[in-house]
Amino acid sequence: MAINPDFIGKTFPPSAPYEISRVKLAEFADAIGDPNPLYRDQAVAVGAGFPDVIAPPTFPIVISMASSGQAMADPDLNLNYAMVVHGEQRFEYERPLHAGDVVTAQVTISDIREIGRNSVMTTSTTISTVAGEHVCTAHATLVERGGAA
Amino acid sequence: MTGVTYADVEVGTEIPVVDYQVTRLSLIKYCGASGDFNVIHWNERIAKSVGLPDVIAHGMFTMAEAGRFVTDWAGPRAIVLEFGVRFSSPLVVPDDDIGGTINVSGQIEEKLDGNRVALALTARSAGTKVLTRARAVVRLP
Repeated sequence: MAINPDFIGKTFPPSAPYEISRVKLAEFADAIGDPNPLYRDQAVAVGAGFPDVIAPPTFPIVISMASSGQAMADPDLNLNYAMVVHGEQRFEYERPLHAGDVVTAQVTISDIREIGRNSVMTTSTTISTVAGEHVCTAHATLVERGGAA
Repeated sequence: MTGVTYADVEVGTEIPVVDYQVTRLSLIKYCGASGDFNVIHWNERIAKSVGLPDVIAHGMFTMAEAGRFVTDWAGPRAIVLEFGVRFSSPLVVPDDDIGGTINVSGQIEEKLDGNRVALALTARSAGTKVLTRARAVVRLP
């Protein structure tokens, strides 16, 4: 059972606003084992020229996953999540996300293909503030192993 | 955190390897912090039932360690503009107190305008490349 190709080109509605908190950034930095003070010490972050503590470079995945989770769970997409591995991930940043940012994410499924025995889906997620400032775009490739068998 | 300046860097310069540890506890913490509770990252029974050798790390955990390598090298006044990787091989995390190790190294690939520098990154675990086509573009002071 392959991923449903009818979803190619589909753009999902923007996610509900996500407010980035200092506590969440520190929790994420702890989880990746990164002691960098820019992620948890406001004085250090401000001293380095940022408005508040900033997010590690891979943090936008948390926001894009929260938003794409809804898309992935659509039964019509026919994605078997236990068989999914991450193929590629790329971020383009306008600036670092920081505590206090309130953002939404909007996912587009750019492609669904069969490569050998696998089903491969690529998505682009744009992350913007609720004021409309584009902050980051996240491109992901997900591989459903055996999905095309 | 010292960091480098644009004037400091030269194309071809190697950035020495840094080792990052990943244990089952790392994965459980990453599940919680990221919201990615895919069972293959914490449940050995299900990981094996879907054909994996054991629990594997989130690709995004490995990418995060590569990101740490970049930001530690670049320093607090650098800005990451682009960061991309391909996950080439799963990183198996055994149920012991040691777990796995990610060895990240880098090289200055290109100096671009606007104080931007492109880095080529390499990430290996137990000799196998876990990331390929790993690249970051940073703006340096």
